[in-house]
Formats: sequence, structure tokens, C-alpha cells
Amino acid sequence: MHLLEPRAQPSQLMRWTAPLIAIAATLLVGSVLFEALGKSPLASFHVFFIEPLTTDYGWSELLIKACPLILIAQGLAIGFKARIYNIGAEGQLIVGALCGGGIGIAYGETGGAWVLPAMVVAGAIGGALWGAIPALLKTRFNAEETLTTLMLTYVATHLLSYLMHGPWRDPEGMNFPQSVMFGDAALFGLLAEGLRINSSLWIVIFAVLAFWLFNARSFLAYRLEVGGQAPAAARYAGFPARQTVWFSLVVSGMTAGLAGVGEVAGPVGQLNLNISPGYGFAAIIVAYLGRLHPLGIVLAGSLMALIYLGGEAAQLSLQMPAAITGIFQGMLLFFLLGADAFIDNRLRRRAR
Amino acid sequence: MSPPEPRLKLLHISKRYPSVVANDDVSLSVMPGEIHAILGENGAGKSTLMKIIYGAVKADSGEMLWDGRQVTIANPAQARKLGIGMVFQHFSLFETLSVVENIALVLDEPFDLAGLAIRVKEVSERYGLPLDPHRRVHSLSVGERQRVEIVRCLLQDPKLLILDEPTSVLTPQAVQKLFETLRRLASEGVSILYISHKLHEIKSLCDSATIMRGGKVTGDAIPRDETPATLARMMIGRELPVCEAPPYHGPVHPVLQVERLSLASDDPFGTSLHNVSLTVNAGEIVGIAGISGNGQAELLAALSGETTVDREAVWLAGEAIGHLDAGRRRDRGLVFVPEERLGRGAVPALPLDRNALLTGHRQGMKRWGLVAFAKAQAFAEQCIARFDVRCSGPGAAARSLSGGNLQKFIVGREIMLAPKLMIVAQPTWGVDVGASAFLRQTLLDLSRTGVAILVISEELEELFEISDRIAVLAAGRLSAPQPREQADAESVGLQMAGLFNEGNAAETGHAPA
Amino acid sequence: MLDYLPLILAGTLAAATPLIFAGLGELVAERSGVINLGVEGMMLIGAIAGFAAAAETGHGVAIGLPAGALAGAAAAAVFGFFALSLAANQAACGLALTIFGIGLSAFIGQHYVSYSLPGLQPIAIPLLSDIPLLGPALFKQDWVVYLSLVAFALVAWTLAKTRLGLLLKAVGEAPDAAHAIGYPVIAIRYGAVIFGGAMAGIAGAYLSTVYTPLWVQNMSAGRGWIAVALVVFATWKPTRLMLGAYLFGFVTILQFHAQGLGIEVPVQLLAALPYLATIVVLVLISRDRKLLQLNLPASLGKPFLP
Repeated sequence: MHLLEPRAQPSQLMRWTAPLIAIAATLLVGSVLFEALGKSPLASFHVFFIEPLTTDYGWSELLIKACPLILIAQGLAIGFKARIYNIGAEGQLIVGALCGGGIGIAYGETGGAWVLPAMVVAGAIGGALWGAIPALLKTRFNAEETLTTLMLTYVATHLLSYLMHGPWRDPEGMNFPQSVMFGDAALFGLLAEGLRINSSLWIVIFAVLAFWLFNARSFLAYRLEVGGQAPAAARYAGFPARQTVWFSLVVSGMTAGLAGVGEVAGPVGQLNLNISPGYGFAAIIVAYLGRLHPLGIVLAGSLMALIYLGGEAAQLSLQMPAAITGIFQGMLLFFLLGADAFIDNRLRRRAR
Repeated sequence: MSPPEPRLKLLHISKRYPSVVANDDVSLSVMPGEIHAILGENGAGKSTLMKIIYGAVKADSGEMLWDGRQVTIANPAQARKLGIGMVFQHFSLFETLSVVENIALVLDEPFDLAGLAIRVKEVSERYGLPLDPHRRVHSLSVGERQRVEIVRCLLQDPKLLILDEPTSVLTPQAVQKLFETLRRLASEGVSILYISHKLHEIKSLCDSATIMRGGKVTGDAIPRDETPATLARMMIGRELPVCEAPPYHGPVHPVLQVERLSLASDDPFGTSLHNVSLTVNAGEIVGIAGISGNGQAELLAALSGETTVDREAVWLAGEAIGHLDAGRRRDRGLVFVPEERLGRGAVPALPLDRNALLTGHRQGMKRWGLVAFAKAQAFAEQCIARFDVRCSGPGAAARSLSGGNLQKFIVGREIMLAPKLMIVAQPTWGVDVGASAFLRQTLLDLSRTGVAILVISEELEELFEISDRIAVLAAGRLSAPQPREQADAESVGLQMAGLFNEGNAAETGHAPA
Repeated sequence: MLDYLPLILAGTLAAATPLIFAGLGELVAERSGVINLGVEGMMLIGAIAGFAAAAETGHGVAIGLPAGALAGAAAAAVFGFFALSLAANQAACGLALTIFGIGLSAFIGQHYVSYSLPGLQPIAIPLLSDIPLLGPALFKQDWVVYLSLVAFALVAWTLAKTRLGLLLKAVGEAPDAAHAIGYPVIAIRYGAVIFGGAMAGIAGAYLSTVYTPLWVQNMSAGRGWIAVALVVFATWKPTRLMLGAYLFGFVTILQFHAQGLGIEVPVQLLAALPYLATIVVLVLISRDRKLLQLNLPASLGKPFLP
């Protein structure tokens, strides 16, 4: 049962090929799955991965889905490097959407050019605050952030549900749990006629560059990495652990909150119960698949967006439940973790 | 009558690992009732060989004969069934379990804790190894833990007992007691394989010796007929290196002052410090002897700033620094080499240049929050060259270095920070003889430039070699440091066992009332 | 208020039952040093497997629970392959299992959306169930509720009194030492993890075949995560786990009776109560670092490569 033994030096080759191996393994198992369901794997993959990209509209949709994934994953990656496991980005996204969306509901029709920037700021702050709660609980009370961030996601979901069923419900919406559609002042401008891609793209591009600079050059990023890989070494060097916790959770909460605003002030255009198809969870996979590297995350986020698109396409043309997206996501993360094992280890040689 | 069969005979055992050949064509034999030494320095392949005998590691090739019959030992359970018992260097005990529970886990018999407790008491008393079967292991001293391991073996009626560096954690007096027990076992016909790198112990205890170097057998000897020098030559291939301690002529002023430091340990299994006071002057090395677990970890954390304490409990060059964290203390000229090199002194997976940054970032390696990686690399290269660190370059991962070379890198890095005070824990743990001598000489040379150095070590010989004054830390209390010339192993050993010289303590007011 | 007491107590016991199964399973896995954050996923897989088996065979719970256990165990074995054999990051593997389980159960569950199952009749325990007020509440339950008590007794006894319990603790504390004296650490951990998966599967199958009893996507609604939190709250002790499970059962059931009790809070906010309670409980227990450190399996979450 002991399959592995440690390598003397971590394999750089494996570090970057592991995602490709994981993708290949996912496709392989996926085709077995399709075969078992009586569908041709090749045709299915065509529907899944090629068809969505044959139109401009498809590419625009890919970007729309990739943007929140990339944004959230950038923030999460900082925490993951420091081994601070924020798995509640979904909740931070919702709270960000609520904070920004609240302004959108109130001033979307009547307000001026300040409304959208105010929503963006409010969303960032809202997400950051939702991330700050587990940071406080961890630094003050030593409570595991994995569990608290996740529990807060359920709380956020119920908060959203309450507001949608109660105070923020559209009075003319026939009792559907959703808000009014936002006015133009509360929406990102469209970048092209007939496509849904909007100007929130610039925020994401700016964020990628900022995170890239931070990761590549900043001393703080180095400190976070040391704190994650060897907490005793961080203590030894005098890098404060609390600061790491606060920074990781607040920054990742903030990017998730921003992504939330991007959704409600973008393709969704209102607050409702379906503002995110699990972007907060999928972004965890994106962060790992992208090797916690800002540019790697861009690639991984695009792939994950394609899986979402493919899932929708499969639902339409293969009559397959959209839940297949979740199956692919789970497999992808498993195989990635499995392949990652070979960065630091190799297959055990049998004694002769 | 034919001569008696050897109890154990190894023929041409070899074992390769990805990066090293741990055992290369090793043969030896042990007679019933014989105490046989395996002598070699760290990394010679002794531990691997013992694990092969015990079934914990499989040999690539070679044969094993037990009482004249060929055997293959697939796992430790089978080894125990044959009558092989092993006392591990790093004990294989479970801290939160009781003594009897620990013992029950290795016995191949029906689970009956109450009955076993009675037998544990009997056997431990018969061999002069008193134990309370119901104590939890974490509350035992290191010596008592070793007793648990030995009693655990004895309950299985062993025919061969393997002890891996058993004295590294014992006081000199405890070593003598252990030797008595071992001689008694041998007289009852038990064969003993005694692994060590301590020459005089082997001379006084063992009937015969197999000497290993670099995974190969380099000689067999009757230790009584040899001198330490001849044994050393077989062990390391040349004379034992000696350090030189020139006198210090610079100004003498206190650099580190610890005043009535008391600290409750955070660790539920830790030791609290009681009223520790100490002064280290510029230009001297003060050594603190004692067995780990007596407050060493807590004292080091309190001095390095990894744990902060009362402001006025620690002073550096006249400034109260007890309340400052490790980073701020480093800003003021304190450097520290911890006993755990991987994971504390260095980040295992990061290359050496990034590890230089860990504490070296103060040397102008960052600007506006951004890192100048070229400077970190230059620093690492300089450190590698100046302190003879054998590695593939500044890009080598810290964990790819041998213990000695990584220690040279960490010590070098800290010295290059131009410290006023250097604190070093276990400077030569797991380091080969050559690198050990280099490290000791490096510390001596540094101190003679006016740096104050505090060394905490379990190796008494090492402390006597390099320290100007020696104190003992036992049960969280620190004895008054004595000049080396006035200290002797006997009295230091007694203090390590916690028996402070009351008269001396009262005079200086350092020891607890 | 008094009229509601039997209802609330009876509901508490039923609501606690899935938490007991899942929590005991996770407790055993964590004692062996493995943290499996995939409980939520294993519960969902168990829920759909149990539901499908019950619906397809027509044998109801009697086949649903074993099917759930089997499916949960299989899911745990997959986790084990990655987290134990390949020594991958346990937290991330658990997350992958949860994501996978949510997807897989929803995928299979598509076929069963409009089904419903008969559920189980309560079994009254003679004499005890005649006690006024408390009797019908505590001693007139379905047999799975009683089974959860048996499971508790077995786990508690095994951990405290047997060599196997000692061995689990040893492996969770110092796998290197256990390996050195010749115990197959990885195999023991596989056993503990698979047991945990089977128990989570039973918990899920109880939800879908008895508690609801119908299939709803994502029906575990965070109970798997609460079970993980309960293990921390319990400081890895079965008795405290039972206490925690009943506390959470009570909080869960409270929302259904809030209106009757005259509590004027919107239902959506009341529904958030168990999750908030989890956070509060975690904070209360975690602030005592020494208590946690004394009870925490020392190697929890650390991969073992001999």
C-alpha cells in the first residue's frame, strides 16, 4: 500500500505537468462515463468543449464565467500558499453581491455615475468583512477557518434567501424570490453589441496584474509562503502569524465580494437566489489547478469556465443533468491532487 | 564438541536508497551473550542495518542466519517472534498512552492490561529499571522512557537486543546504570548489538566491534585492545580533529542578561521555566548542558523571541527586549540557530537563496516591500563559499542538503548578519565528525571577535570542548555557570539529573530557593 | 410550551440521528489521524444510493441503509487512495470528495425527483414509552434511532476498551512509531476512513429513506460539515459527540416549532441557526488551546509516508 517514496529534490517538471495529467485523466474517466451512459465520448466532448467556442457569443460567455473564477481564485491562492483554507468564498461572494446589490436596488434607477463604483467598493468591503469574521475567530479564539468559512456560507445563503423572500423582494415580481432588475447606473457597460461581456473585465485584468506583481516580487508574499510551508520557520524569522491569517482571509473575501458585484451588476442584473452556480467552490479548484500562480490561474479559470459552459451545452443537446459539471470538477481536483503527489515523491521501487 | 553457532550472522547485506548506498556488502556475526558494537559516525549506515535486522526495512541483497538457520524477516512482528528486541534512538513510544498500554501494543498475546501491569512491575524491578505501569509516557523523563523501551523488549524474552545510540539522552550516571543492566542481560545469554559513535563507551562495554564507514565495514576489532585514536581512525579514516580555543583579549561587557525569567509552557507536555538568570559576555561561549525536555525548548523560544515574555526578563546589550518578537530582536543584533534545521531554521522545499532571505532580508534585500532576489542570491553564494557548504548551488532545496551542510549554511547565514549575540541549539546533532569540528571551530572563532555566544547542547563533550563557562538546565531550572576548568563531567551529570549543588546555588543566587 | 415538549424532544432525537452516524464515523477516522472533509459528499452519495436501492427493490429502509453504507464506504475508499496511498493533502481531497459527491448524487438523483418512500413506523418500547410526556417522545422512535445508540455504544467501547481502539489512537498520534514497531499504518487508516464513509453513508440514507423520506438535491444541507465540527466540539470523545448531536438536533428542530412557541423571526433566518450555533460551539471549544492539544490526535491531517 506504500506506493511512494520521497524525491531528493522536488520535480519542477511534475509541478507544471500535473495539471495536464489531471485534465487528461479526467477526460479519460469522463469518456468511460459517457460510454456507460450510452453516449459517444467523442461526440460528447465535442459538445462539451468545442461547440461552446465556435461562436463569438460562446467566447463572450466563456469570459463572463472565467472572470469571477479567476478573480476569486487569485484571492484564494494567497491564502492557500499560507495554508489558510478559506473554503467559504461562495458566502463572501453572496455578501459582496448583497452589499453592492443593495445600492443597486436603491439607486440603480435614480442615481448618477457614482452608483457603479459605489457598488464595487461596497461589494469589496462586504466580502472582506465576511472574510474578516473567520479571521477574527481564528486569531482570537483559534477556531478552524475551514469550518467557520463554510458555515458562514450557509448563513449567507439564508440571509440572501431572507432578503429575497422579504424586504428586498420585487413588489411587482409575482412573489418570485428576486429583487427588481437594476437600472443602467447599477450595471457594467457592455463591451460589444449582442454579447454579454462587460466592462468588469478591466477589473479582473487589473487584479491579475496586481496579484502577479505581488506574488513575483513582494516580501509579504514570501512571508505568507514561509508561513504556509513551515510555520515554525515563520515564527523563527519573526513573521507575525496573525497578520497572515487576517491578510489571507480579508483579501480572498474581498476578491470574492468583487466577483459577487460583477455577477449582479453584470450578467444577472438583479439579486436572486441563483447569483452564483458555485463559483466560490469551483475557484478553489481553479487556484490549485493554476498552481497558485496568477497567470496559471487565468488558464485554469478559463478551463473551468469551459466546463461550466460545456455542462450547460450538455444539458441542452445531450439531455444530461447539469450536475455533470460537479462530477467533472470533483474528478479534476482528485486527479490534480493525485498528480501533485509526484512533485515531491516518486513511485516506490520494489526491492530486488 | 563443535563451536557454538552464532546467534545472528549477516552475510553480504546491501541496501540502496535513491540518493545513497546505505549498506554495501555488510557482514557480521554475534555470539550468544556477546555485547557487540556497531561503530560508525552519523550516516555510516548503522541505523539502516539495524532496521534490516528488525524487519522494518528490506535489504536489496544478502543473507541472514539466525541460530544457524537462514531466515528472512518480513516485519518487526516476525523479528520479535524470533526473539529480536529493539530500543530505538528516537523512541517509538506514544505520548498520550500509559506505560502499560505502550507495552501491550507490541506484545502478541491476549489484551489484558491489568495482568500485564503486574508483569511490567515484576520485570522492571528484577532488572533495576523501576517503572509505574500506569503513568502516561508524556509525564516521564527521557531516561524513564528508555526504560519503558527496554522493559518492553525484556517482556518478550529476547535472545538479541538492539540498542541504537542509547546513551545520547542519558546523564553519565544513567549511562553507568544502563551498562550494568546490559552486562547482566549478557551474562544471562542475551546477545546485544550496541550502536554508537562514542568511543570510550564502546571500549568500556563491548566485547567486540564492527566498524562502518560510508555504508561499508571498514574493520573488526576487540575494543579493549584498541585506543580511542585507533578506533577513530577506522571510523572516520583519519585522526580525530581537535578545536583550538585561543584566549580572548577584547573588551568584556554583558551582552545577554536573563533576569529571573519564569515562563509557563504553552505545550501541555512541556516544561515550565523557573526563575532562570544568566549573563553572557562579549567574547565568551556559555554552554548550557542538560537533556532535552528540561525546559530547553521553552528557554530557547523565550530568548529568541518566538515566545515573548516580561519586558525586563531579557536584556540585549543593556536594552530590555523581553517583550519584543523574534523579528525585532533580530533587528537589534540577536541571531539564533535552532535545533530543527528543516522546518524552523530553513524552509525545506525552498532553495537556499530564498532561505537566505528568511533572516537575511535585513541586509538590504528589500525595497518598498519588494524583494531584490539578486541580492539574496549573492548572499547565499557568499555563504556557501565562505562556510564550505557542499551543495549544487544557491538553487538547491534546503532539504536536499545533508545535515552537516545545511547546518553550515544556517550558521553561516546567521554569522553573516553581524550579530552581537548568537544562540545555538544542538550545533552538531546528526552532523558528521568533519563538519562538527568545522562548526565548533567556527563558533570559537566568532566568539573571539567579541560576539557573545550561548550554546545549548546534549553533548557534554562538545560543551567541554568549546565553552568558557558551563551551566545546567534541569526541570526548568538553571544552575550557576561554572568556568570550564572548574567543571567536571561527574558534577555536571549530577546536575543534569536535577541534583543541584545547593551551596553553590545559594552563593550566586541563581538557582531556585 | 409544555404541549410542544414531546414533539420537540422526539424531533430532536430524529434530527440528531444522521449527525450521530456521520459524527461517529468521522471521529474514528480522525482518531486514526485522517481528517476527511468529504463527509458531506459521502452523506449525499449514501443518500442517493440508499434512496435508489430502496425505491428500485421496494424493500425500503432495510435495503436502503446497507446500500448507503456501501456507497459511502466506496466513496471513502476513493478518498483513501488519494489521501493515504498517494499522501495528498487531506483537506483538499475531502473537498474534492464533497464537490464530487454533490455532483454525482444530483446526477443520479435526477431520476428520482418525483419519487417518495413510505418511511418507517415508530417502534414503542414497552413500559418506557408509557412514561407520561417523555415516554412517547423518547421511546417511540423508528429503529434506526435505536440503532444509532447501539452504534455509539460499540464505538465508545471499542475505542476505550479494546486493543483496536488503542491501536487507532497510537496510529493517530505517532504513525512513525507505530510503523517502527511494525503496524501497517496505512492499512489501519484505510480501515478507519472506510468505516467513517460507511457511517456517513448510513447517515445520508437515513435522511433520504426515513427522515424526509424523498430525494431532494443537496438534501444533507451542510449536516456533513456540522458532523465534522461536532468531532472537534467533542474533543474526539464519543460521549461528548452524542451530547453535541442532540444539541444540534434540538437547534434544527426548533425552527419548525418557532411559530408555535411564539418566536417571531423569519424562517429563513431561523434556518441559519444551526450553522451559527456550529460557529459558536467551535469558538467555545477552540479557545481552550490546551484542551484541544491534549485531545487532538497529534498527526491529524498530516500525510504519512514511511
